[in-house]
Amino acid sequence: MWSSSLQRRLPRIVDMPRMTIVAGIIVLGALLVLPQFIYPVFLMKAMCFALFACAFNLLLGFTGLLSFGHAAFFGSASYISAHALKVWGFTPELAILAATLNSALLGYLFAYVAIRRQGIYFAMITLALSQMVFFAALQLPFTGGEDGIQAVPRGALFGFIDLSDNRTLYFFVLAIFLFGLFAVWRIVHSPFGQILKAIRENETRAMSLGYRVDYYKLVVFVLSATLSGLAGGTKALVVQVASLTDVTWQMSGEVVLMTLLGGMGTIFGPAVGATVVLSLQNYLSSLGSLVTIIIGVIFVVCVLAFRRGIVGELQARWPRRNQ
Amino acid sequence: MFKHTLLASALVATLASGPATADAISGDKIKIGVLTDMAAVYADLSGTGSVIAAEMAVQDFGGTVLGKPIEVVSADHQNKADIAVSKAREWIDAEGVDMITDLVTSSVALAVQEVGREKNRVTMATGAASSQLTGKSCSPRGFHWAYDTFSLANGTGTAVVKNGGDSWFFITADYAFGHALEGDVSDIVKANGGTVVGAVRHPFPSSDFASFLLQAQASGAKIVGLANAGSDTINAIKQAAEFGIVEGGQNLAGLLMFVTDIHSLGLKAAKGLYMTTGWYWDLNDETRAWAARFEQKAGKKPTMIQVGTYSAVLSYLKAIEKAGTDEAGAVAETLRSMPVNDVFAKGGMVYANGRMAHDMYLAQVKTPAQSSGAWDYLNIVHTIPARQAFQDPAKSGCAVIN
Repeated sequence: MWSSSLQRRLPRIVDMPRMTIVAGIIVLGALLVLPQFIYPVFLMKAMCFALFACAFNLLLGFTGLLSFGHAAFFGSASYISAHALKVWGFTPELAILAATLNSALLGYLFAYVAIRRQGIYFAMITLALSQMVFFAALQLPFTGGEDGIQAVPRGALFGFIDLSDNRTLYFFVLAIFLFGLFAVWRIVHSPFGQILKAIRENETRAMSLGYRVDYYKLVVFVLSATLSGLAGGTKALVVQVASLTDVTWQMSGEVVLMTLLGGMGTIFGPAVGATVVLSLQNYLSSLGSLVTIIIGVIFVVCVLAFRRGIVGELQARWPRRNQ
Repeated sequence: MFKHTLLASALVATLASGPATADAISGDKIKIGVLTDMAAVYADLSGTGSVIAAEMAVQDFGGTVLGKPIEVVSADHQNKADIAVSKAREWIDAEGVDMITDLVTSSVALAVQEVGREKNRVTMATGAASSQLTGKSCSPRGFHWAYDTFSLANGTGTAVVKNGGDSWFFITADYAFGHALEGDVSDIVKANGGTVVGAVRHPFPSSDFASFLLQAQASGAKIVGLANAGSDTINAIKQAAEFGIVEGGQNLAGLLMFVTDIHSLGLKAAKGLYMTTGWYWDLNDETRAWAARFEQKAGKKPTMIQVGTYSAVLSYLKAIEKAGTDEAGAVAETLRSMPVNDVFAKGGMVYANGRMAHDMYLAQVKTPAQSSGAWDYLNIVHTIPARQAFQDPAKSGCAVIN
């Protein structure tokens, strides 16, 4: 098999089962041709939320920390990116970079306060801090209050590649998305990721083995916030709007839903979950008042039937043959 | 020679006529998109009712324009600007939607109006409140139909002072919208010879208004102005009833209220409240007949947003017929030149900034004893002429006209 020979040649980097490689290649191929069939703006939005959910999953799925304030990173990044594009006239890549840095810094502040507590207290502190960000977004003059920032220009990538065409923008967003997913994958499959999982399984034991648990939590929190910021900053570029929706606590809840639906603690599960939730929101929107009911029913069915989430359940049903 | 001329003229004729007929109506169909809130807070005052109203407009127009069929599509934006924007883009790019209306929630309307500007499509906001739509953010393709914050605040401010409510106290939502509303109305009250005795700001959103209402009560002002919206206004009115504000001789003035709010509050809580509305079902025989038709389909009386959507769609179709094309620029020009005369507005005029100005009404909520039953809620106290009700376009800050 060609994929196993590939595995022999690249034993360290491609250290994953054949199924995953094949699935990965199929998904990548699909992502390249999908904009021919599905409306590209929807796909780009789905990728932004997928990246957001995967970043969130670093905390919930791999470290066992439930943050209920991730909307703060996603939303503030979309405001910064929108403002940088519209008012400061940044090029898209610089605007997204600024947004990502903002979220990294914000993540550091959040983590510095929150990691001192466990469980529900941790979640409540992150919620409280994100409500402060919501308040700031509502009050600061540059955010436009409840109207948000509209008509964000897409600008030109590196100053010369015009992004106003949906197809061109699609490949830029795809590149960011793949970079983000690769970062998540690399973090999880590193010695650092192993320690995170150790903390998730038994924090006291990890501590007794000599690991500075708080330090690891701080770093993974900042990483998760940074990638959420990357997703949020990109989203503002895609939909050309930054609004309060992205910083409300409901958004923090939505990303938990996406992660649980797709499969907590799997690399690609949250991406699948995000796509499912967004597809429901988008394609059922013409059904009117039934949307929320249908999403609710699907969530109930998932909780009852796929406890591990969509991808988690698939992984459990098809055991890995080469491991 | 003759043969050649004939050939050439035939060629010219086909070339000229071919694109002309194809251009008149793009996609061989007129598609109207109703983008609204179907299930959340604004579903009652726009939502399915707006879709029904749009369909009624198509029906009343005759179902076809310039010989082409008209179709109404709808979607739920869930009050999220990003969902609204992606839906609007998809409608325009992939499904050939020609005009988007309703657009309840200001953030949604502002965002979709930008999409319309970029893609050359007419947008007609009926659900959104923000005057910014035809002010700072105005667009040559964007129209604002039923009401706006200026007309509601201005109408209530002016008319209440003229009817004797000359001292005001404000309960204001503590964010840009609330501040702007309070500022606008304060200016109007003072300009009409009234006084503002004080104001208090509450966090947004808020559920406990006790301390703010006590301050309002202690201020001794004749009118307590509610410079907030949605659930904040509802909560404030409910709690004001518990404090006996109205019994104590003070009156409430809602600066952004709808008849459905009164329906859900009940007359006991809302009685005596002043509000401005762009339409009321019980104005005359024509409005009563229209409301009855609507009620048959929707199961309730229409709000000014829903009738506004009817009027917007009808005017849009009339404009297409008059312009002879569905090209957004030509239709927008025609819309600006046509007076609006339908069940919603008499002698309505579309300003250059896209604002449709029409008469507004200052109403006072009836007491339970005055009301004859469900939906009999308002006494029309005063009619505010269109020119006074809406902002002078020259002062709106709209760059398109200046």
